[in-house]
Amino acid sequence: MNAPARSFRVLPGFRLTLGYTLAYLSLIVLVPLAAVFLKTFTLTFDQFWAVVTAPRVVASYKLSFGMSLLAAAINAVFGLMLAWALVRYTFPGKKLIDALVDLPFALPTAVAGIALTALYAKNGWIGQLLEPLGIQVAFKPLGVLVALVFIGLPFVVRTVQPILEDLDTELEEAAASLGAQRWQIFRHVILPVLLPALLTGFALAFARAVGEYGSVIFIAGNIPMVSEITPLMIITKLEQYDYTGATAIAVVMLMFSFTLLLVINGLQAWTAKRTGRNR
Amino acid sequence: MSGAIAMQWSGAGDGAARFESKAATREAPLVKWIIIGVSLTFFAVFLLMPLVAVLVEALRKGWETYLTALLDPDALSAVKLTLIAAVIAVPLNLVFGVAAAWAIAKFEFRGKHFLITLIDLPFSVSPVIAGLIYVLVFGAQGWLGPWLSEHDIRIIFAVPGIVLATVFVTFPFVARELIPLMEAQGKEEEEAAVVLGANGWQTFWHVTLPNIKWGLMYGVILTNARAMGEFGAVSVVSGHIRGETNTLPLHVEILYNEYQFAAAFAVASLLAMLALVTLGLKTWVEHRAAAAHNERQDGTS
Repeated sequence: MNAPARSFRVLPGFRLTLGYTLAYLSLIVLVPLAAVFLKTFTLTFDQFWAVVTAPRVVASYKLSFGMSLLAAAINAVFGLMLAWALVRYTFPGKKLIDALVDLPFALPTAVAGIALTALYAKNGWIGQLLEPLGIQVAFKPLGVLVALVFIGLPFVVRTVQPILEDLDTELEEAAASLGAQRWQIFRHVILPVLLPALLTGFALAFARAVGEYGSVIFIAGNIPMVSEITPLMIITKLEQYDYTGATAIAVVMLMFSFTLLLVINGLQAWTAKRTGRNR
Repeated sequence: MSGAIAMQWSGAGDGAARFESKAATREAPLVKWIIIGVSLTFFAVFLLMPLVAVLVEALRKGWETYLTALLDPDALSAVKLTLIAAVIAVPLNLVFGVAAAWAIAKFEFRGKHFLITLIDLPFSVSPVIAGLIYVLVFGAQGWLGPWLSEHDIRIIFAVPGIVLATVFVTFPFVARELIPLMEAQGKEEEEAAVVLGANGWQTFWHVTLPNIKWGLMYGVILTNARAMGEFGAVSVVSGHIRGETNTLPLHVEILYNEYQFAAAFAVASLLAMLALVTLGLKTWVEHRAAAAHNERQDGTS
């Protein structure tokens, strides 16, 4: 920003574009987000604490965070396998499957929600297979898990896939020539390189799952204390015109999201360092 | 947050042969087919079946019910509102994305990384909270609520609120796509143009834009898909007034909650087809971008 630096600036438009960026960012994102924090200051700390630790709200944290963690873990395992298959093997329909992995990004969440509900209801294609086994998915906490697995899968596949593609085969060949078994090579040579990306994908899927609303509410059944997710608690408070209550829960979620955002930034920096690639 | 949806510049060619040709980098056939089998079953159950279910359920009661559901006046007004929201949100975030990427990729300044993190914020905020923040600012109880009602301006439970919520949830897509792309391309070409006497607009139009057009298009496709499909944020600010403040995803919800399943899935099938078109366009742009990228590499080396 100092004078000598400016004289080297050949390209025009710095002030205009940065000014516009900051103004637009403030107007659309920063000022409205600040409203959430300012609104909570109308509560005393005891009032705030009473809202965010009410039993029904605490039950929703347990469900939202527990199921999101579980869904992200499932996606980490199967997402890695899918990415591995897409990068390392040839099989019919591979290109089509590769394109369809992004479906959860493209399919509106409400559509995913009603489709999953139809599949897992008692008379649905999958539901009627699970019914005799005594497993109920739709309108149970398990339904929340299914929806969160659906929306999280591409995050893991798309963060791991490029790293797998760039992997040098030389290390694996060296390990093999030294007598390592295939599993040992995976465990000690490939996995350490993949780990930062895998964790990033896990964290992205987790972050998305915690805030997810549309695909979950149809299949969850939304039974208080049992299958209510935290975003639904905000909606419920809003419908009762309890704006301060809704805002207090939103603040808890935002604090969590921002922390996770920092963790993800750190993980991405680690990935870049491990693999020498930008993001 | 958006790391996972950035364009894959290198993934166009099939590099599997590189691994399958050598004994050291391939698994035993049995292991290979178990991995393919398990991952494809997972893919089929969790991704493919929901998609197929939408299309099957939509036609369960026949074409007549299907068309009636789509031609219902409330459905048509939902289509209109969805298009309005996208037509406003996409250009706004497109202009922002280009401006932000120009400032960030072509210049050095303090706080750049912090700015990029701030641009990413909307991705890490729950859609429900995205709606809530505008209720807190523009709602009847909000900061500007009294002033707005005095001047008879409605934002929440009206179209402007829906547009605002849509702009928020699609905020980072174009910027996130363009920043790494323009950073990778550097600024030599633009500087050369300026030194040769081009003004700012000419430089952007004739030098920068041709270089970033595929990334730009990719960002627009993602922005548009999210804008047309957003549910949570829009649901909070909409007020669910039939024929007035319902977008397509909200119309799906209303029909579903009224147990009009065939109609709900019929409208949902429109959105599912939009998703398929989005994925098709996205794949096509990725191929074109990879081709353009390779050409560029060949040209400069």
